[in-house]
Amino acid sequence: MKYSIFSLARAALSGHKNWQPTWRDAAPKDRYDVIIIGGGGHGLATAWFLASEFGIRNVAVLEKGWIGSGNAGRNTTIIRSNYGLPGNTGFYELSMKLWERMEQDLNYNAMVSQRGVLNLYHSDAQRDAFARRGNTMRINGIDAELLDQAALRKMLPFLNFDNARFPVQGGLLQRRGGTARHDAVVWGYAHAASELGVDIIQNCEVTGFTRDANGKVTGVETSRGKIGAGKVGMAVAGSSSRVAAMAGLRLPIESHVLQAFVSEAIKPLIPGVMTFGAGHFYVSQSDKGGLVFGGDIDGYNSYAQRGNLPVVEDVCEGGMALIPMIGRVRLLRQWGGIMDMSMDGSPIIDKSPVDGLYINAGWCYGGFKATPGSGFVFAHLIARDQSHKEAALFRLDRFQRGAMIDEKGQGAQPNLH
Amino acid sequence: MRIVCPFCGERELGEFTYLGDAKPKRPAADAGEDAVYDYVYLRDNVAGPMTEHWYHGGGCRAWLKVTRNTLTHEISAVEPAAGAGAAKVGA
Repeated sequence: MKYSIFSLARAALSGHKNWQPTWRDAAPKDRYDVIIIGGGGHGLATAWFLASEFGIRNVAVLEKGWIGSGNAGRNTTIIRSNYGLPGNTGFYELSMKLWERMEQDLNYNAMVSQRGVLNLYHSDAQRDAFARRGNTMRINGIDAELLDQAALRKMLPFLNFDNARFPVQGGLLQRRGGTARHDAVVWGYAHAASELGVDIIQNCEVTGFTRDANGKVTGVETSRGKIGAGKVGMAVAGSSSRVAAMAGLRLPIESHVLQAFVSEAIKPLIPGVMTFGAGHFYVSQSDKGGLVFGGDIDGYNSYAQRGNLPVVEDVCEGGMALIPMIGRVRLLRQWGGIMDMSMDGSPIIDKSPVDGLYINAGWCYGGFKATPGSGFVFAHLIARDQSHKEAALFRLDRFQRGAMIDEKGQGAQPNLH
Repeated sequence: MRIVCPFCGERELGEFTYLGDAKPKRPAADAGEDAVYDYVYLRDNVAGPMTEHWYHGGGCRAWLKVTRNTLTHEISAVEPAAGAGAAKVGA
């Protein structure tokens, strides 16, 4: 069905009893042209772009739980394109442009809100680094503004500007950045993909690949039986290594846990997204009023979807250093998601060494903002067997070639990215 | 998560720093690029019990070998990593 003011009025007049399901919950067919493993944001976006942009509609998305039950429902909903390195800058801006038209494209309200993303700086050296990144963005046609302390004092009077150790000197602002409603992104892509004939198959865990005599992938074995496929793409985030292992591959990825937090609802306080530059703390305020925030990954390999207390303490200390008054706000919920941490902090979108298997992985803790861009370039790769130009550097073999895209300069130590 | 340090006893996680999987071994100097690539970049990324290197920076500053289940965080064994610290307890 098509959502509009008229469909809303019609449904209201009938007491909201006649809404149809947002997407079809399909049962697996014997064979598809393309199977996407993973019913999160990236997998569903890929399926939608395959159907809408590349004319491949005989597509299934296989999800082991329910759609959006993994990291798509566990992130802090931030969207931005403030990256400084070739490879990242253009790709994330492609994604940002797709965010800006997503709701019209999908006919779904994803609550995309360009309320601004502000990275604070606390030293002269950090200001210079941010100025450089801001210039890189502007050269590439992306908006960026370097604000000084006076501008910030007007905008965010509650910050701890005169912190003795980490005074807030200013910030790099991307006004087009902001937040989006993460569940609605999943539902929107599911809705639009399903309308174009994509089968969304839940509770269907992939347990292996079927291969022909030449080793080419011909389909998948699942908890709901064998399903044949012309091509198989995987977009399974923290489970990337486990799925790749079924095809005999080892990836340059470790799975780590990242925690996120939300406070009780308070009156409007924080206008956009804000990051502390002297520790790792980022915060925004949801439309319901809760402060949504997070910080570092825990730092050890984990598939447990829950973290430990030292990082809770560290994140809250970061918050207190920046906004002392939030000390009286109570924490409402805290949870963990499993991040596919790559060895340079950047993603991998590439054909795998196994014929017929395509990899979309290594998003670290930055996958949400990439959702539409990732879906588009992955669909491009699968449909045309060729990388999209904005994803041409996200190759699986870049570590072997010494062509890393290491935005933070941390080296092959995933728990530091 | 708490780790029972063989030198210091049971301590909270915040005292420890993580290095990672203890299985990869540094290849010989003449082993070639593929072996170095494998060692530096590729991971088993074990889902289940994994033996790892942890550093007790907030205590005795010894390197430890910890066997921990990555699915549950349950720790089944802790021993000193080979080195000077290990010699003290005869490991």
